[in-house]
Amino acid sequence: MESHSRRWFLGAGTAALASVGGLTACGSGSGSGSDGTLTAFVYGDDAAKIQVKSVNRFNASAAAKKAKGTIKLQKVPATDYPAKLRTAMGSPNAPDVFFNWGGGSIKAYREAGQLVDLTDVITSDPVLKSGFLSSVLAAGGLDGKNYGVPMRGMQPVILFYNKTVFAEQKLQPPTTWDQLLDINTKLKKANITPFALGGADIWPELMWLEYLVDRIGGPQVFEKIKNGDASAWGDPAVLKAAQTVKQLIDDGAFGKGYSSVGYGNGGAPAVFAKGKAAMHLMGSWEYSTQLGKFPDFAKKNMGWCAFPQIEGGAGDIRNVVGNPTNYWSVNAHTSNKDAAIAFLRDSASLAYTKELIANGDVPATSNAATLLDASPNPEFAKFQYEMVQKAPAFTLSWDQAVDPNVATPMLTEVNKLFVGKSSPTQFVSALKELK
Amino acid sequence: MSVTQVKGGPRNDAGRPRSARRNRAGRPSAALAVPGVLFFAFFAIAPMLLAFYLSFTKWNGLGDPQPTGLANWRKLLGDERLTQSLTVTVALTVVSWAFQTVISLLLGVWAAGRQRNRAVLSAIFFVPFLLSSTAISLLFYALLDPNFGIIHRDTLGTTSGAFLAIVFVGGWQFIPFHTLIYQGGARQIPEVLYQAAAIDGAGRLRQFFSITLPQLRNTATTSGVLMVVGSLTYFETVLILTQGGPGTDTAILPYLMYEAGFKSYDFGYASAVASFLVLAATALSLLMVKLSGFGAMRSTREGM
Repeated sequence: MESHSRRWFLGAGTAALASVGGLTACGSGSGSGSDGTLTAFVYGDDAAKIQVKSVNRFNASAAAKKAKGTIKLQKVPATDYPAKLRTAMGSPNAPDVFFNWGGGSIKAYREAGQLVDLTDVITSDPVLKSGFLSSVLAAGGLDGKNYGVPMRGMQPVILFYNKTVFAEQKLQPPTTWDQLLDINTKLKKANITPFALGGADIWPELMWLEYLVDRIGGPQVFEKIKNGDASAWGDPAVLKAAQTVKQLIDDGAFGKGYSSVGYGNGGAPAVFAKGKAAMHLMGSWEYSTQLGKFPDFAKKNMGWCAFPQIEGGAGDIRNVVGNPTNYWSVNAHTSNKDAAIAFLRDSASLAYTKELIANGDVPATSNAATLLDASPNPEFAKFQYEMVQKAPAFTLSWDQAVDPNVATPMLTEVNKLFVGKSSPTQFVSALKELK
Repeated sequence: MSVTQVKGGPRNDAGRPRSARRNRAGRPSAALAVPGVLFFAFFAIAPMLLAFYLSFTKWNGLGDPQPTGLANWRKLLGDERLTQSLTVTVALTVVSWAFQTVISLLLGVWAAGRQRNRAVLSAIFFVPFLLSSTAISLLFYALLDPNFGIIHRDTLGTTSGAFLAIVFVGGWQFIPFHTLIYQGGARQIPEVLYQAAAIDGAGRLRQFFSITLPQLRNTATTSGVLMVVGSLTYFETVLILTQGGPGTDTAILPYLMYEAGFKSYDFGYASAVASFLVLAATALSLLMVKLSGFGAMRSTREGM
């Protein structure tokens, strides 16, 4: 280890800190110019191609001419997105329109007065108001106000299972926790790891706690935490969920090496697709991930079901956790608010909805149900749509729902629980300290 | 370093007046250093001062930083994660130093031979150093996957496994560089010493311990300082391989800084960690220079 890494550190650290003082031009370099070009930041994964089309369509439209503005899309590499957005929003080169996860992910921007309140725009526009599932629309806002317009597919967390393995072992997808434990025992006897888990990425571990807390204590437990009541971590449901996790780990439900398995690098999906693990609790994107890597498995052997009910628990089996969808929000300092809002309307258009469906996504638009037959897998798309549409509660992924300065230590604590560095009781008391 | 070398070493310029005069006449004007100094001031010194200023504020990256006095520093000194991360950093530094020094010393001395195959092999050894740390880390991250990697067990999920993986990956990348330093040092050792020793009947092992090793003293110091300073600021490998985990067991100082700044957006606290790191690293390298006699470094040929 020599000076190379030091140079990197100084370079990266100072570049970031320098941008703080406005010393360097971080970001697109274009910003919102007087020429009427607005910048939009989007999460730069495969699905961004739909936003590229949307921008092109808008720029050529009458609405763009009327508002005297065009959009320039900037794709930000996926893993860097939140940090890049934050540094850009603090600089003079902030985007005019930006992709986000709603909830806690935009709270700091609202507090800094950098968000346009879209409530009036949405209520006065029938296309926007009734164009989206109302629970999804609401999740893009804070305290009953709208700050975002849905622009991607819905991402509920689903329990996937390997149909071949289930058939071979004569198993049925579980609807209750006892059934799940029973399947667990049978699979272990057959030397199959019950659940794939990408523990190295931590957030897949978080999904287990999100569902367990919901099923045991109901959605209101996390609702309180999300609203800033750290003492709500002390709710018995959180402890019970942590104990349940511990039990699963000790039982070998996740196999042995799960802390070294990643999701992002394709580790956990491969374990699942190759039949080494029988089930995988994951966001709906698992389907497109598998379709890309193991298309045969995705098309023929993948089954899906809701997270099971827990006997005596307060949560409804129809409750869903995950990301309702992603949103476009508008920077309050934009030079052309009319153009930015006109652009958001494209996300409610029929053309946009159809493009999402063709990509395998399930849009949060209310007309989606009638269009899902055009999906690459209509059966899976309809399951997902109904799951979200009928859900009494949709809890946003915890790490997106709370402030980043709470989310980071929270993920560390989750990791400690899963690797056995802390007990369920220690887990709960550490979380109560988070503010 | 070069100034002290001339001062402390044999006054070569006295014996070679012509070269000394040429040096003085050809010494470039100070004006030529201006762009370099400005660049350094602008991109290194100024941001460092800015970070120091930020360490006295509360700032989430938006709006203006709010002065909070010593709050971040108080939090830092009371933070049990700081103690833990210092321990990890020191352990990582010591173990990496031992691991890399032993191997690169042996490889370097071996590669100092002049046979053709050694030159080719040395060139191959050097390849890992040319790859980016990020690429190397991603490669090892995939190789350490318990299901599809080379070792079918939970490596990164255990404290010792994760620690050793970081040491190994760091070594894999930087041993070639230090091998090169040792190779250069070993080639500087006069052949006559070995010839004399051979006449006296010293074997290869004895020659290694009585001639090669003592003659490489200063090379070892140079390489050691580079290793220690490098370990203090080691970052990419930890970010990609372990994210500081399991739990916080491999969260070294630079990672702690990154996490506070770019995950929690607590730039004030991140700046306090960064300033602490700069202070600690500077103090440590000054101490090493003082203790190792690096400042008074003399020619290895002296006393010949």
